[in-house]
Amino acid sequence: MAIAIVDYGIGNLHSVSKAIERLGYEGIVTGDRDEILNAEGVILPGVGAFGDAMNHIREGGMDHVVLEVANSGKPLLGICLGMQLLFTEGEEHGIHQGLNILPGKVVKFEDGDYKIPHMGWNRLEYKQPDHPLVRDLYNGHVYFVHSYHVKPDHADDLIAVCDYGQPVTAIVGRDNVYGMQFHPEKSGELGTLLLRNFLALCTGERTN
Amino acid sequence: MLAKRIIPCLDVKEGRVVKGVNFVNLRDAGDPVELAALYDREGADEIIFLDISASIEGRETMIDVVRRTAGEISIPFTVGGGISKVEDMKNILRAGADKIGINTAAVLNPQLINDGSQRFGAQCIVVAVDAKFNPEWGEWEVYTHGGRKPTGIRALAWIKEAEQRGAGEILLTSMDADGTKDGFDIDLTSAVCEAVNIPIIASGGAGTSEHFYDVFTKGKADAGLAATIFHYKEISIPELKNQLKDKGVEIR
Repeated sequence: MAIAIVDYGIGNLHSVSKAIERLGYEGIVTGDRDEILNAEGVILPGVGAFGDAMNHIREGGMDHVVLEVANSGKPLLGICLGMQLLFTEGEEHGIHQGLNILPGKVVKFEDGDYKIPHMGWNRLEYKQPDHPLVRDLYNGHVYFVHSYHVKPDHADDLIAVCDYGQPVTAIVGRDNVYGMQFHPEKSGELGTLLLRNFLALCTGERTN
Repeated sequence: MLAKRIIPCLDVKEGRVVKGVNFVNLRDAGDPVELAALYDREGADEIIFLDISASIEGRETMIDVVRRTAGEISIPFTVGGGISKVEDMKNILRAGADKIGINTAAVLNPQLINDGSQRFGAQCIVVAVDAKFNPEWGEWEVYTHGGRKPTGIRALAWIKEAEQRGAGEILLTSMDADGTKDGFDIDLTSAVCEAVNIPIIASGGAGTSEHFYDVFTKGKADAGLAATIFHYKEISIPELKNQLKDKGVEIR
């Protein structure tokens, strides 16, 4: 059972692929269209700045491949910046168009009495506790590192949030497209369980 | 609200853990990867490796340790020690580390903070500061070269400069408290936490769970680091975390 991790030339994808292997699946780090479309599920990772990442994705034509995956009905999970890229646009260093698979914007944290980046372990609060991605999971902490956050247009795309002086979008999902703002591969046991649930969606297995 | 972090620190020399590690339930207690994986299972929120290798071979071995660790653990980890170039940072981050710690090299060449932060993001750059109270000044002085060399630089001013240059976090070691097990240096930690707006990891002096409670509440630290008390099981991480939770501290 293979999961494709989309390689578009940025970031370190080793930790994600190892986390998938620890769960008993094959993690293939690849920028090859066929390999991505033949996988059971696809992960879009990402670190760095929004505009820069979109440029890298477009350079290799990877934006079209990711859209194909989204339209195919195959489970697609964006992690961290990878989740942000799924949305309509981002305002990091100017306005940049995203992949526009999910409607919404990526905005800066408003000024307030908290440190930016939002970096560390924060507690998930489930908006859709029955969603297959989070069903039966505990309200534990996961590991965040980000300076911008997602405001989805539709509240029903929100699966989980966390509190950082304001509600911060943590998990989103619509049809076969999901996103996690935190790093599940760096989030201890709870992160592993969340990844496991995503992998179960990829293979059509029921968890719990 | 972010959870307060508990961070064990491993000193690694030529790819092996040094400084009193006393675990009977590990196949190889000198293997930093195995020890990191154990701390991950016990609930550590992050791991810091301090590479004290003196040789080039030792540094290359560290890259291998980083790569293997990234495959084994599911929490973030930082690598520090002897990193003085952006190229060094790139190699370690590429191998799978989440953050880079710089200490003496940042004092000698503060531009390294800017360069690393611009290239990899502020969240990757941890500036480690060894500080000791200077009675003549009535404030703390920065020491480099593993705490051996006084610099004549005021610690609070240096930490503010590091923040402005793009440090994402400060690893603050009190040389006065280090090794005493009498508790973290609350005066130093709270002074630094009030001076800057980036997370502070307090280090030096931890002996009991009460000390962690004090440094999180009175010291306002974001994270508490210790080495020998964890290695020697004087405090177990699960117990420590339960005690802090019982006292109302936000803990993962």
